[in-house]
Amino acid sequence: MAKDQEHAALVSRMMQDDSFDPQRWAKMINFRGHSGFLDMRYIAHGDDWIELAVPWREDLVGDPETGVMASGPIISLLDNATSMSASARLKRFRPQVTLDLRIDYVRAAVPGRTIVARAECYQTTRSMAFVRGIAHDGDLTDPVAHAAGIFMLVEAPQFMKAK
Amino acid sequence: MVALPPYARAMGMFVVEAHDSAAPASPVVAMDFSECNTGRPGFLHGGAIGGLLEMAGFATLHAHLEREGIDAQVRLKPVNISIEYLRSGLPERIFACGEVVRAGRRVANVRVEAWQADRSKSVASCWMNFLIAPKKVAAE
Repeated sequence: MAKDQEHAALVSRMMQDDSFDPQRWAKMINFRGHSGFLDMRYIAHGDDWIELAVPWREDLVGDPETGVMASGPIISLLDNATSMSASARLKRFRPQVTLDLRIDYVRAAVPGRTIVARAECYQTTRSMAFVRGIAHDGDLTDPVAHAAGIFMLVEAPQFMKAK
Repeated sequence: MVALPPYARAMGMFVVEAHDSAAPASPVVAMDFSECNTGRPGFLHGGAIGGLLEMAGFATLHAHLEREGIDAQVRLKPVNISIEYLRSGLPERIFACGEVVRAGRRVANVRVEAWQADRSKSVASCWMNFLIAPKKVAAE
């Protein structure tokens, strides 16, 4: 409960601030919930992009015969990274929900390697953020997955109750 | 019975005994709400919903290939997935079940839907393409 209140307080602060801080935000959300379970980490960010990572772990494996990580954590990583790239571009946190997300699995990730997602928000309108991203396991030019998605920017009360 | 991989088990996914009347041939995969699949406080994470849809997609195609008698000889590789998020994932059990649209010799297309208490209200849906590859025989 205390964590929920702390989260709500940070959300309202980041919504008022002109300078959204992706690093602080990532630290806040990555120690709890699904991101916490995946041990998601902040790597870097710029004006309209952000990099997050998920380390390989035995209980994230999708194919026990090969040890390749499941694609579920890659969806989650690209979902979070693309979403945060929108806030990075907008320079403030805007509550948003994923409208659609398409992912192409270019190749299997190498077992044992950390997956890094680099996501970019390339356009925003009043109600939508258009995003794209790449997941790789060490070399951006040799991607594991490619993503394209759209987030709906919503009002805070909508965000906190059901869509 | 479809065996779920470590990721699915760690997320609390399980195969439900009952079948869905809309796709009686496909297994239903479920996931209970917990800290490990929470997104914003009080809601399921979109990525976790995506992971569940995908797991149900795998299970659906495996069950189909099993009926065709070739499941043991092939390996499934996901080529792509496109997810539509239709409603927020509420803090309760979520179900997913798919349907094979087309399964050829090399690729298959599967559609999957996820719902919660009300079967008629989809939380999310997706389509997936799979590559159906012959299983490599382990070298002696």
